[in-house]
Amino acid sequence: MTFSLTHLANPTRFLNFAGAVIPSLAGLAVILLGAGLYLSFFVAPPDYQQGETVRIMFIHVPSAWLAMFAYVLIAISGLGTLIWRHPLADVSAKAAAPIGATFTFLALVTGSLWGKPMWGTYWVWDARLTSMLVLFLLYLGLIALWQAIEEPGRAGRAAAILALVGAVNIPIIKFSVNWWNTLHQPASVIRAGGPTIDSSLLTPLVVMALGFTVLFILLHLIAMRAEILRRRVRALQQTQVAQAALTGA
Amino acid sequence: MTAALALIRRDIALAFREGGAIGVALGFYLVVIAIAPFGLGPDLNLLSRVAPGLLWVALLLAALLSADRIFHNDYEDGTLDVLTMGPLPLPVVAASKSLAHWITTCVPLALLAPVLGLLLNLPIHTIPLLVLAMLAGTPAVSFIAGIGASLTLGLRRSGLLLALLVLPLYVPVLIFGVSTVSAAVTGPGSPWPPFLMLCAISLASMVLAPLAAAAALRTAFR
Repeated sequence: MTFSLTHLANPTRFLNFAGAVIPSLAGLAVILLGAGLYLSFFVAPPDYQQGETVRIMFIHVPSAWLAMFAYVLIAISGLGTLIWRHPLADVSAKAAAPIGATFTFLALVTGSLWGKPMWGTYWVWDARLTSMLVLFLLYLGLIALWQAIEEPGRAGRAAAILALVGAVNIPIIKFSVNWWNTLHQPASVIRAGGPTIDSSLLTPLVVMALGFTVLFILLHLIAMRAEILRRRVRALQQTQVAQAALTGA
Repeated sequence: MTAALALIRRDIALAFREGGAIGVALGFYLVVIAIAPFGLGPDLNLLSRVAPGLLWVALLLAALLSADRIFHNDYEDGTLDVLTMGPLPLPVVAASKSLAHWITTCVPLALLAPVLGLLLNLPIHTIPLLVLAMLAGTPAVSFIAGIGASLTLGLRRSGLLLALLVLPLYVPVLIFGVSTVSAAVTGPGSPWPPFLMLCAISLASMVLAPLAAAAALRTAFR
């Protein structure tokens, strides 16, 4: 693992690797998501309590899982940036942030659409919803920090620090939100965790989760490739400007 | 230790002699609390119920107003360069400056809160607890603001960015701060468990936040 990560530290080697892997990942994502969507919309039976709306779960749960997965990935990349100075660690973190934010947003929106028929309202200040919302705000902060700092090296290190501060805080936020919710409105803690999931619903969920994960890795690799190329363009432009300044003077 | 004390004393003296900074934060706090009843209606029962939350949220905003200046002035005039090269470890520098921010901003805000609590019909017997909770919780506010201030050092629109970065991290402080006071106002339960959690958060951030702030300062100077 360490060997392969060190091996991929060379951006050119990484670009070759990404170029080789992306087509097969894309195929795999299409197959898994196609099968998952077919299973969730045509094969899975409607839930005896929730009816057809249970199908929202097949989008909602994988999104929520990837929302957290992406943050963990960003935090680990942050460690890579600060400790090992892995040259691609901050590229990986920067590429993962908008994708993670999108999945968080998807989880919030689908959760809200699911909440309307189930709870009778689009939004409740349920502990889990609230901590997802805070996670979304942390993502926005990270993206804003990247955009505000022009120099990529400083931006990467600053974002890595912020990501780690957030990673320390997320458990505390989660815990305090749980406390807050149970303190104020214990009656409204309606959690879907009640009935254990039947295998007829579990199989499509697992397929969808796998499909979403492959999709995430695919998008992440594409975004990393784009970011490396963007940095190369930036470096080329800078040398061009420097040369023009030298010869034009 | 003497160097850290000198740095704190210098920052406090600067904040007081500079004028305006503390007054603006206090004025902002007053204005936010004063316009809240226009949005919520003059019902005194409602106001006393939402008072702990309003007082805490407005305090966070007022404290953030001056937070981007924790390091900014010293960064502009080069003092921070000297401090980074001096004998004092950078985390201690960050801790001293965050502590000075707490003394010059958060303590005055916490001491103003009783008056604003009266405006919001907060029961008088809960006011000592309000001040105590604010004094116990605001070190976390200042020290976490120190992380934000060092991350956004020298950037455009740093104040707004600072608020976006730091406010989500204040959720635990807000929750335990408000539940300490509301437990005393409306019950149920004792105010002490959330109060102790508030102290724990403050102590933990006083230890950990300077390390993060120092790391962020180093990125700004590389």
